[in-house]
Amino acid sequence: MRMSWRTAERPRGRELRRDVALVCLADGIVGVSFGATAVAGGLPGWLPVLMSLLVFAGGAQFAAIGVVLAGGSPVAAVAAGALLNTRLLPYGLGVADVTAGRWWTRMLGAHLTTDETVAFALRQDEPAARRTAFWTCGGWLFSAWNVAVLLGVLAGTAVKNTSAFGLDATFPAVLLALALPTLADMRTRAAAGTGAAAAVALTPVLPAGLPVLAALGGLAWLWRRR
Amino acid sequence: MPLLAVAALAAFTFAFRLAGPLFRDRFTVPPAAQRLLGSAAAVLLVALAATSALTQDGGFAGWARPAGVLAAAVLAVRRVPFPVVVLAAAVVTALLRLGGVH
Repeated sequence: MRMSWRTAERPRGRELRRDVALVCLADGIVGVSFGATAVAGGLPGWLPVLMSLLVFAGGAQFAAIGVVLAGGSPVAAVAAGALLNTRLLPYGLGVADVTAGRWWTRMLGAHLTTDETVAFALRQDEPAARRTAFWTCGGWLFSAWNVAVLLGVLAGTAVKNTSAFGLDATFPAVLLALALPTLADMRTRAAAGTGAAAAVALTPVLPAGLPVLAALGGLAWLWRRR
Repeated sequence: MPLLAVAALAAFTFAFRLAGPLFRDRFTVPPAAQRLLGSAAAVLLVALAATSALTQDGGFAGWARPAGVLAAAVLAVRRVPFPVVVLAAAVVTALLRLGGVH
């Protein structure tokens, strides 16, 4: 990922703050959607709020709540969310140098490891710039996400039919926009395309969460035509 | 969804997040493996985007949502600002549903 990001722009200072603000705004919209979706489905308001503070991973939160709202068991909900979050393991390896230091920076850094903060950190080449990008994005995103989910809970209590506003389309849009810079590399693009097709095809037959992991089979493209 | 389930998901999630930095202390990861992990993350992001755009409860999610996501993807490729991309997804999907396309 680091290699393919090299051609992308490397924001510093003001540019970084602007980009972080834009991501917070975008994820804020997703957070509102999450809070509203949970409450509109009949779950108590404290649940999405507490979940956002403790889990702080939009995809897993949506997956877990989705399983519960579809009638799945709590065990299946946890499994789906946890499986989706296995991707945080390679992310954690990628930003290990960024969160290194005292034990509490490592703990806090681990909790702030998300698609967005890792993307921001890995866009930078210099270690110091990487740390600044990671912690700036992490701090603001954690605040924005949790405030947004709370607003979503309040909005979802007032507005019942959230799908009429197309909120369900915002989550995949955010993920695609985030993945876009990494797709400059041809082989990664082939791997992602194949993996996505496999994941969609397997969704009707596998439990929630597993198809996304099966997409990793697309990585076989990386060993072709070396 | 009971409190225990939220706590369990939080614990699993934190374990995955912490495992990377902890393992990194004990092993050095060769550059080829680093690149592989980077590509793995990209593959997972795109797969998650595709499944959440196209499917709902194991079936087809309908046309309105993927159409909105497609519109957003086109704007993202053209380097339109992030919030506009995200709002476009919601607006296109909402308008299609308003027009009777689901």
